[in-house]
Amino acid sequence: MVLERYEPLVEDSEAFRAACERPLPSVVRVNTIKATVERVRRALAAADTDAEAVDWNPRLFRLSTDRPGNTWPYYHGWIYGQEEVSALPALVLDPQPGERVFDPCAAPGSKTTQLAALMDDRGTLVANDNNLGRLSALRSNAERCGVTNLAVTNTDARTFSLKPFGAPKDPPGADGTGSPAGEPFDRALVDVPCSCEGTVRKNPDALEEWSLDHVRGIAGLQRGILERAIQVTREGGTVVYSTCTFAPEENEAVLDAALGATDCRVVPFETPLETRPGVTEWNGETYDEAVRHARRVYPHLNDTGGFFCAKLEVGA
Amino acid sequence: MTDGDLAENRSHVFERLPATDAERTVGGRPSREAVLAWWDDRFGVPRETFAEHTFWEKGAGKLWAYAGDAPDPADLEALGMVFLRVRQEHWKPTTDAVQRFGRAATRNAIELDGAAARRFVAGEDQELPWDGDWGYLIAVHRPPGREGDRPEPLGVGLYVHGELRSQIPKGRRREIDRAER
Ligand SMILES: C[S@@+](CC[C@H](N)C(=O)[O-])C[C@H]1O[C@@H](n2cnc3c(N)ncnc32)[C@H](O)[C@@H]1O
Repeated sequence: MVLERYEPLVEDSEAFRAACERPLPSVVRVNTIKATVERVRRALAAADTDAEAVDWNPRLFRLSTDRPGNTWPYYHGWIYGQEEVSALPALVLDPQPGERVFDPCAAPGSKTTQLAALMDDRGTLVANDNNLGRLSALRSNAERCGVTNLAVTNTDARTFSLKPFGAPKDPPGADGTGSPAGEPFDRALVDVPCSCEGTVRKNPDALEEWSLDHVRGIAGLQRGILERAIQVTREGGTVVYSTCTFAPEENEAVLDAALGATDCRVVPFETPLETRPGVTEWNGETYDEAVRHARRVYPHLNDTGGFFCAKLEVGA
Repeated sequence: MTDGDLAENRSHVFERLPATDAERTVGGRPSREAVLAWWDDRFGVPRETFAEHTFWEKGAGKLWAYAGDAPDPADLEALGMVFLRVRQEHWKPTTDAVQRFGRAATRNAIELDGAAARRFVAGEDQELPWDGDWGYLIAVHRPPGREGDRPEPLGVGLYVHGELRSQIPKGRRREIDRAER
C-alpha cells in the first residue's frame, strides 16, 4: 500500500488509514460575486438540502445531497462544488481587490473562481493551464460564477511569458488607473499537478497509477512551475505552493530546490485547520529548516482530504 | 466612413471596442457607446452597470466584458466573459451575461413561476402569454426561499408567436430537483 510509506510521518497511523478509507462529504463554496452566504443558506434550506456551515470558513457548507448541481443555487452560480481543504491555499494567498494575481495551473478553476471572489472580481487574475480541454471547463466554470476579471492563457507554466500582457511600460488599463498590463504579479497561487494521494477519499483509484518514478518525474515539473511563478512575481510579492499529496519529494523537496535556485523565503502563516509542520528529513534527504513553516494536512486531523500548503515571500 | 473603408476584424486576437462610432476602424464592429445604449434601451440596464468593464471583440461578432488590465490588441485565450453577440440583425446577450448584469433589468424581462422556470432551464420551449416586444427577453424567477427579493435572471429566451424559446446552451441546462416546498 502506497500510504504506508507515510506512516512514519503521522503520529496516529491507524486514524490516518481509517480516514483515508472514508468517503468525503459533499462541500460547496459560496460564490460571493453572485450571492451572499445568507442567501445561499436560505435557498438550500428551501430545496430541502441540509447545509451545515464549516466551522473554519463561513463560506463553505457541507451538504446532505451529492448532487448539488441540480439545485437553484448551483444553476445561478451562487455555489461551487469544492473540496473543503482545497479552499485553504487561496485564503493563505489572500489576494486583494485590484491586485495582479497569477494562477499558473488553474484548470478546472475551483481556486481561480475562489481567487476572483476574494478579489471582488476587481484587478487582474491570470489563469493558465497547458491543457486546452481542461481550460474550457475552467472558462465555463468562471462564466457561471460571473467572473469578469480573468485573462486566460494556454501555455506550459514553466516557460510562462508576460509578453501577451504588454511591456511593463505600456499604458495603464481600462480607466487609466491601475498598473500597466505587463507588470509582474503581486501574488501567485501555484497549485501544481501531483500524485494526488490526498484525494483517495474522493477517488479511491487515485493510487493505482502511483510509482516512485512518476513522483520523481512530476517533482521536476513542479520545480519548474514554482520557479517560473517566483520569477514573474514582484519583489515583496507572495507565492503560495500547494499540492494534494503527502510525498515529501513533491512538497518539501520542491521548496528546498526553489530556495536554492531563486530569491525567496518560506514564511510562517496562520491556519484555522489542525496541521503539522513540513518535514526536514525524508528517506535520507534533508531539507532547509525553513520548510517547517509549510503546513501538512492529514485526512484524520480535520476529516478532510490530504493537503500540503506553503507560503513564500519573493526577494526578501 | 462606410464599412467598406474599414479593416477586417482580426478574429484571433482581442481588440478593444472604439468609444464611439466615429472612432471605428474595423467594419461591423459596434462602439462601446452603442453597446451601452443597447443594454439600456432593450432591458433598462443602466450604463453604470458596466463602468468597471472594458469591451473587446474576438471572433466575429463575439463581444467580451473584462474588468482587468490588458494591452490592445491582446493575444489570449479568453478575456473576462463573453457577453453579447452582435453580428446577427438582433443582438443576443449570453446566459452568463444576463445572470451577472441582468438583475438591473426593468424592461423585456419575463417572470416565470416555479414550474415554468424549471422547464426553461431544462431547455424546453413553452407557450406563455406576454404583452411586450417579441425578440430576446431576460427570463427571471424568484428562487424558493427568496420570494420577497427581486427576481433573479435565469437566462435568455426568444419570444415569438406566443412561445418562449429557451436559449440556455446545452452545457448550462439542468433538471432542477423538485424537492423544494
Ligand atoms: C491540481 S490541478 C489544478 C487544479 C486547479 N488549481 C483548481 O483548483 O481547480 C493541476 C493542473 O495543472 C495542469 N498542468 C500540468 N502540467 C502543466 C504545465 N506544464 N503547465 C501548465 N499547467 C500544467 C493540469 O492540466 C491541471 O489542470
